[in-house]
Order: sequence, then C-alpha cells, then structure tokens
Amino acid sequence: MRPIATTRAATGIATGKLAVWWVLASEVVIFGGLLASYVMFRLGHPEWADAAAVTNTTIGAVNTFVLLTSSLTAVLAHQAAERGDGPKAARYLYFTIMGAATFLGIKTYEWWYEISHGYTITSNGFWAFYYSAAGLHAFHVIAGAVIMAFVARDAAKNLELHRVELIGIYWHFVDIVWIFLFPLLYIAK
Amino acid sequence: MVEPAVDLTHGHPHDDHAHHGPEGWKKYLWSTDHKVIAMQYMFTGMFMALVGGFMAYVFRMQLAFPGINVPGFGMVSMGEYNALVTNHGTIMIFWVAMPVLLAAFGNFLIPLMVGADDMVFPKINRLSFQVFFVSTIVILASLVVEGGGFAGAWTAYPPLSANETYNLTPLGSTLWVIGVGLEFVAFLLGGINFITTLMNSRAPGMRAFDVPLVVWMIVVASILFMLSVGPLLAGAIMLIFDQTLGTGFFNPATGGDPILWQHLFWFFGHPEVYVVLLPAMGVVIEIIATFSRKKVFGYRIVIFTVVATGVLSFFVWAHHQFIAGIDPRMANIFTITTLLISVPIAELCFVYIATLYGGSIRLTTPMLWALAFVAEFLIGGVTGIFLGAAGADIYFHDTYFVLAHFHYTFFPIAIIGTYAAFTYWFPKMFGKMMDERLGKWHFWLTIIPFNMIFIPLFVLGMGGQHRRISNYSGFSELARDGFQDIRVFATISLLIMLAAQFIFFYNCYKTWRSGPKAPRNPWKANSLEWTTESPPPHGNWHPDEMPVVYRGPYEFSVPDRIDDYWPQNEPPQRDS
Repeated sequence: MRPIATTRAATGIATGKLAVWWVLASEVVIFGGLLASYVMFRLGHPEWADAAAVTNTTIGAVNTFVLLTSSLTAVLAHQAAERGDGPKAARYLYFTIMGAATFLGIKTYEWWYEISHGYTITSNGFWAFYYSAAGLHAFHVIAGAVIMAFVARDAAKNLELHRVELIGIYWHFVDIVWIFLFPLLYIAK
Repeated sequence: MVEPAVDLTHGHPHDDHAHHGPEGWKKYLWSTDHKVIAMQYMFTGMFMALVGGFMAYVFRMQLAFPGINVPGFGMVSMGEYNALVTNHGTIMIFWVAMPVLLAAFGNFLIPLMVGADDMVFPKINRLSFQVFFVSTIVILASLVVEGGGFAGAWTAYPPLSANETYNLTPLGSTLWVIGVGLEFVAFLLGGINFITTLMNSRAPGMRAFDVPLVVWMIVVASILFMLSVGPLLAGAIMLIFDQTLGTGFFNPATGGDPILWQHLFWFFGHPEVYVVLLPAMGVVIEIIATFSRKKVFGYRIVIFTVVATGVLSFFVWAHHQFIAGIDPRMANIFTITTLLISVPIAELCFVYIATLYGGSIRLTTPMLWALAFVAEFLIGGVTGIFLGAAGADIYFHDTYFVLAHFHYTFFPIAIIGTYAAFTYWFPKMFGKMMDERLGKWHFWLTIIPFNMIFIPLFVLGMGGQHRRISNYSGFSELARDGFQDIRVFATISLLIMLAAQFIFFYNCYKTWRSGPKAPRNPWKANSLEWTTESPPPHGNWHPDEMPVVYRGPYEFSVPDRIDDYWPQNEPPQRDS
C-alpha cells in the first residue's frame, strides 16, 4: 500500500526527483570537502607536482570520454522512457552500465600499474588524495551501476519508468565529479 | 486499505505479543510507521542517555574524590577517565540529542503536523533507524574492545586520534570513527525524508506559512546537518585511512596537516549546535504559544531569523581554534561572525518573551520546561560571547568555563527541550495524561541541581582550572581546598539530579499503569496532530478524515470566537 504522503506533490515536483536532488546536495558537500582539502594542500605543496607528473593523462582522458558517453546513453534512456518505450530505455541503461564497467576496468589497470611501480596510498600526500578521491568516486560508479541494473530490469517490463530519469540525474552527478577530478589529479602537473 | 492500527501505548507491544505470538514483535521491528520509528529512536536515545549519564556520574565521582572506588564502576584509571569523558560527549550529542530531538520528534511530528499519513519514503525511514541502531551497537562495542574505548576527546583531534601509538586504543578509536560515520549516514537518510515530506506532502490548503514552527525548525536543522556533515564525512574517511592504512592526511611528516581535521570537524561541529538547538527552540515556541493562549509574536520573522542563523552558522567555526595557531586576522573575522550570530538567537528569545507578554499563562509541566529552556539557554548564550571573542577565549580555552558554557547550551537543548517535548506530546504519543504533581517535582529537582552543578564550574574555569585533568591532587596550585570543595559540591549536585530522574521514570510507569486516558486535544492547541485520536491510528487519520487546512497554527484568543483556540482544520463558518 502506498501512503497518501508519497502521492502528494505540493511543490509540483515529483517526490522522487526532489529527494534525488537533496541526495546530490549532500554528495556535493562530501566531495566538496575532500576536493577543497586537496586544493588547499596542493597550493601549499608545489612539490606534489612531481607525483602528479606520474599519472597517465591519456588514460584519464580516455576514461573521461567513456564516462561522458555513458551519460549520453543515460539521456537517451530517459528520452525513451518519456516516450513510454521501457525496453528501449532498458537497453540504453545497459549501455550505460557497460560504460561504467569499462571505466572501472581501465581504472583497475591504471591502479595496478601505479601500485606495481611503487606508488601506493601511503607514498605521500598526493597519492593519498589520488586514491581516496578516485576511490570514493569509483565507489559511486559501482553504486550507481548496481542501482541502474535494478531500474533497467523494471524498465524492460515497462515498470517504474520515472526511475530512469532519477538514476540518470544521479549518473550525471557521478560524471560531473569526475570532470572535477580529472583536471585536479591528472592535468595539473 | 488501512492496516489494523499499531497501538503505540507503552505496554501494548507486550499485549500484542501475547495475542499474536512472534508476529506482533516482528511487526514492531519491521514497521515502517513513522510513529513506531519515532519511538524506536526515542527509546534508543533514552537508553543512551542513561549510558552517558552513568559516565558523567563515574568521572564526576573521580574528580570530587580522587582515587575513590566508584560504586558500580571501581577505580578510574587515567586512561579510563579520558575514555569516559570522550564517550560521554560523543554519546550525549550524537546518540541522545540528535536521535531524540531531531529523529524521534521529527519523525513523530512532521507527518502529523503537516497532515500526512506517513513520511514520503517509509522504507528509507526504517533504513535510517536500522543504520542508526547498528551505529549504536558499534559505539557501545568500541567501549569494551581490547585497549578500551577511544579516549582522545569527542573532537578527535589528530595526531592523538590518528595514531595508535599515541592513543593506545587501536580498535576503540577506529570503531569510534565508524560508529559516528554510520550515525551520520542514518541522519542523512532521515533528513532527506524530513525535507521532502515537508516540501511535498502538506495537507491540502497548508501553505508554507501555515506550517508549525517546530516543523520548520526541524527541517531547517536537517538541511543544516546535510550541508555541514559532508566535509566531516570526507574527513572521517581520511582519519580511518590514517588509522588503518597509514596514510598521512593529518601527519605533517608526510605533508599532511592536523589543523585540517580541526577545520573539517568544526565546519560541521558548529552548525551541529544549531542542528540540535533549532528543534528544541521549535518545541519551546509551540508550548509557549499554547500555554499563553496567544499567537506567536512575529511568526514569519522567526522563520527568517532561523534561516539567517543557519546561514551564519557556516561562518563561525574557527572560533573553536583561536589557539590552534590560525592567522590572527582570521581570528578577527571569526570573532565578528560569532558575535553576529548571537543577534538572531537573542532575537528569538525576545520573540518568545513577547509571545508570553499579556498572555493568559498556564504553568503546566511542559510550560515550566519551556520557560526554563529560555532562561537557562540565555545563560549559555551570554557566556558564549566571552568565548566567541578571541581576546577572552585565549584565556578561557580548555578551562571549566568552556565546559560550563556548553553544558548551559546543550543541557537546555538535549534534556530540558526533550522533557518539554516529551511532557507536551506524551498524551498524543501514548494516549494517557501524565501526573502533573510528579512532573513538577521532577522539574524542580532537575533544574535546581543543574544550576548547582554548572554555576560552580564557571567559577572553576575563571580560576584557571584546566578541564582535562582526572586528578587535581597532583597539581598543587589547582588543588587548593576552595577549588576542591567546589568540585565536591558540583558532584553532589549531580547525584541529586541523577536521582531526581527516577521521579520521571516512576511518573512514566505510573501513567502507563493508571494514568487517565487522554482526549484528542488535551491542551486545546491548534495544530493538526491534536485533531486525531490519542494515540493516532496507523495512517494517522482515518482515510475519510484526512485534514484540510484553513489557517495558521497559532490562532489563539481570536476576538469574537467562543473558544480561545481555532484548530487549523476547522472550516470557516459560513454564517459569520
């Protein structure tokens, strides 16, 4: 049974969408705190540039492209869901999940390469932030992909199609966090 | 459509148990009803209050009578003393003030006061309590693991908190961080529910400025919490990595900075004061309006003031760090913002007094608690001025003056505010009327000893007594007879106050056994929760009785009306 509260919309915005935006607000301050700390440290420690020089900008750029593409398919999934085409929305969501998997695969290779060359989380301050920030982001990628799998499973049966948009909003957020991480960790040498 | 009512009367879960076997308990444990979740938060919080109170008893005994074999605990070593004060602070703020004031009353009141049948996300609400319950177990477990509980103060400053060779509690300090982190996650989940429920699920006809102030304040508090806790969650991740992986976020030897933690902690820690203060302030204004039979003075002004307080509270945090080596120019800025934030809070106090002015005041037990809140919090606020100004704070830092100051803010919030809310909404929550005579005894025997504990501690602080010493007899200049007598006096006052709480428990027991049944609206108040049965059924109102709102919640003593109150859902009379 659905409570009456859930079906009301005094603001005119669907409750689920409202809640997703509040989730994102809380996420913004979590990443904001971490990245602000990193930026403050980076400004105080010019020598961290030496460590940053080791990171592989090409791999980072490829991963940025992969993640942005996965966001595009999330938008296409939303479009399909708006038209009421659940199975098509689900297919696009599966593409997005594949994008997430590719991103994580590349990330795994990258980390394996760096760790095997002796750059671990305890090496120095830069590497501590590098692994913590990217790790926290990767955790969000995994969480988003898992939720998306559930949404896609329902969408394929034309159920709960409004959720396609909600997970899409979340996925764009995960994308935007990476847009901040990529220049901060890779490009700024 | 509506499931059978879940009866919230204190004893009824037991009755259900008898009637339905394990089914009744299962239903209680897995209920998504906001009222049941509110009770779960409240009873967990009250249990933790007993734990925190017991800790206070043990370390106050050690302070007054150094080396005594404390009855019920034993000898208090220096390490145990530190663990006790650390976890007393942690538990009282994160496991008492927040679950009871914010979560329990937020859960109970928001759907009832906005006229909804439940929260918008009942299952997330349940998940919130379950995460909170796990966090409770984690923090309790951290006290008994090998090495003992974390003992680096509730602020957990590194390097003491980050390095086990300094704090000697490798397990206790990590579990402490995990427990606090889980607690934050629980309140983030709950907060999203509170905010969206208020925004979207108001009863038909209820505009933003028809919402009772306590709901406004709980929701503003939830937003403050959400926006301030993020950086500390990031900090908690860094601290756990420092503790377990050996990273050096807070270690200068590897390019880290221990002051970073202080910034992350207090960026959360100061808004947190308002996170717990605002719900208490909201409770108090509801009670004051009801028992002075007057419209709240400046309803909209209160809301704008609360929002302004919330915004300002993000710019005051470094007043906790005046002696941490921050730039003196920065200290000047934070002195100014800190003194500024006393303006809106003082304004709220004046609004409360203006609401009382000319009212027909009824000194019921909840009203006594509400008035005491204003009076006692005022002392906490005024002494805060000294600590907000860098010039005075440098001398008062880490003395008993600071300790007395924040107990004069947190005790009114967490204890007085809770008792005010509990005695006021008890009839609605449990359907019975509490004993007023016992309630007043309990009130006076709590308030008088409370002042007798903490006013002497102001004196100790001004005498230069440092607050982190477990046995003053080792410091001849601090252990002069006069000072020791003051400590003994404060401890004896604490024992009286703790003993007085049994009156409260007896009152609850007596009311549960033989209290008179509560009518729907025992205080003749206006807000929507009083229009349903006491206690409300599952779904809060019968589906065909869902309320529609016609006016604000404080229409008391309206001229030309026979009744001196005007419920929010009463349709306007056509013939007048």
